[in-house]
Amino acid sequence: MIQSDLTVILPEIVLALFAMGALLGAVYTGKDRLASLILWITAAVMIAVAAWIGLTGSGTNVAFNGMFHDDAFARFAKVAILLSAAVVLIMSEDYMARRDLLRFEYPILVALAAVGMMMMVSAGDLIALYMGLELQSLALYVVASLRRDNAKSTEAGLKYFVLGALSSGLLLYGASLTYGYAGTTLFSGIIATATEGQVSLGLLFGLVFLTAGLAFKVSAVPFHMWTPDVYEGAPTPITAFFATAPKIAAMALFARVMHDAFGGAVGDWQQIIALLSVLSMFLGAVAAIGQTNIKRLMAYSSIAHMGYALMGLAAGTAFGVQAMLVYMAIYVTMNLGTFAFILTMEKEGQPVTDIAALNLYSKREPGKALAMLVLLFSLAGVPPLLGFFGKLYVLRAAYEAGLAWLAVAGVLASVIGAFYYLRIVYYMYFGEDREGLDGGGSALLNGILMASAIIMLVGIVNFFGIEGAAEAAAITLVN
Amino acid sequence: MIGLEHYLTVAAALFVIGIFGLFLNRKNVIILLMSIELMLLAVNINLVAFSSFLGDLVGQVFTLFVLTVAAAEAAIGLAILVCFFRNRGTIAVEDVNVMKG
Repeated sequence: MIQSDLTVILPEIVLALFAMGALLGAVYTGKDRLASLILWITAAVMIAVAAWIGLTGSGTNVAFNGMFHDDAFARFAKVAILLSAAVVLIMSEDYMARRDLLRFEYPILVALAAVGMMMMVSAGDLIALYMGLELQSLALYVVASLRRDNAKSTEAGLKYFVLGALSSGLLLYGASLTYGYAGTTLFSGIIATATEGQVSLGLLFGLVFLTAGLAFKVSAVPFHMWTPDVYEGAPTPITAFFATAPKIAAMALFARVMHDAFGGAVGDWQQIIALLSVLSMFLGAVAAIGQTNIKRLMAYSSIAHMGYALMGLAAGTAFGVQAMLVYMAIYVTMNLGTFAFILTMEKEGQPVTDIAALNLYSKREPGKALAMLVLLFSLAGVPPLLGFFGKLYVLRAAYEAGLAWLAVAGVLASVIGAFYYLRIVYYMYFGEDREGLDGGGSALLNGILMASAIIMLVGIVNFFGIEGAAEAAAITLVN
Repeated sequence: MIGLEHYLTVAAALFVIGIFGLFLNRKNVIILLMSIELMLLAVNINLVAFSSFLGDLVGQVFTLFVLTVAAAEAAIGLAILVCFFRNRGTIAVEDVNVMKG
């Protein structure tokens, strides 16, 4: 019995043991001198675990009496989480080393956060959900304030901590009400109680608090206020991390709670999520217009993108979940490329985040400017690129689920949002000539930027086959 | 006779006090940490009350997990606060304002 349970969670155990072993090993030997080595090994282990999960996993396996689900949905999310976390680690090595930030705790904390995210997407029980979420959050609070001698970074960590703890409190209050009125913490038990039109008031309150807590984690409006400050204050590679893996994990967890635990009462949560979605899309589009700091701009951009992903979830159908997963995969790929570019933005060795510094960038670095142009068009959702097809997917899901007004709102927000992406393009190609950024940047970062841009162009042929995987994942979740 | 609803009322009141403490407090970050702790303890009262009412132990197990995590959370919060204090020399909430927008 216990053996089969442990087999199911073996990938998580391996990663957790690796993180603890690496921590012990580094503390007793070279400490920060080993940081670079540990970073590469951690990235390699995460890629290996992702390959292991992606290639060998099959069927639906349930462990610990339903507390832990290893199904196609969880595997899709886990592969995306592990790969994006590994890419972020690889991207950050050079930046962190040159700013004396490369401490050996950093890759270990990222690995532990990844374990937490893997727990989250596999949770089949409110306790497992909470433990996974906290493992992820506690690690993220620390990495946000990794630059501990810097006022901005510690302030980012403090803000993230206070608002993150508030969101955990809301989520937990919802969990306690759900437990009380459903009589169980297992999702399979809750779904038996929560059927359409039969949801008791207490359970409904539980659902609302759970939704609020999860909306905090995906940074959906009106629970988004931490995002711009944390994105701006944290060191750039860590901002890149925040914008990718935790977002996939939180969206996947959102989908799992809504469908696995409350899938029988779609009508009760559909409107809440649709409202979160439309508010996120519009606030993300409008508030980003006045930003001059590219990291803050990316924060509002991610709020808007979460709005689109929530639109897929609001559809409440298997196709909606599939659209959400495809959208998240595309979003993460675009963001990794964009942050690779932001990491190369330097002047005399100092990081620059001012958008105006990109004036006439295309004259100095035509190749990188072109790649960034592709990514920005893709983020804005301009037709021939992959970002457009991601948006089309979620819009179609919303339309087919009878939420035509939401789809129309999505198109409008997308048009407004295109303005600030195109403004960066304008600066790069037609801005006024003044002292700009250093050229160059490491070959690795440029490679990731180029690869991401090429994926945006080539991916439209067949989405690299993620459509089929997302469809299989969605069907196991929604039935 | 004290029934389930009384416990739920107390927990709800404590939870709301915690939330108000987070938003209305303008003085000290330590008070924020205390407010967070109050929210989590309100949840614990809820869980234990439901557990006793339902005759089901899972709620109390959940409470133990919440207590443990709350301790870890407080430790991390205080650690971040110490770093913040070293940089800024203050822990007043209104001074947490380098970034705005």
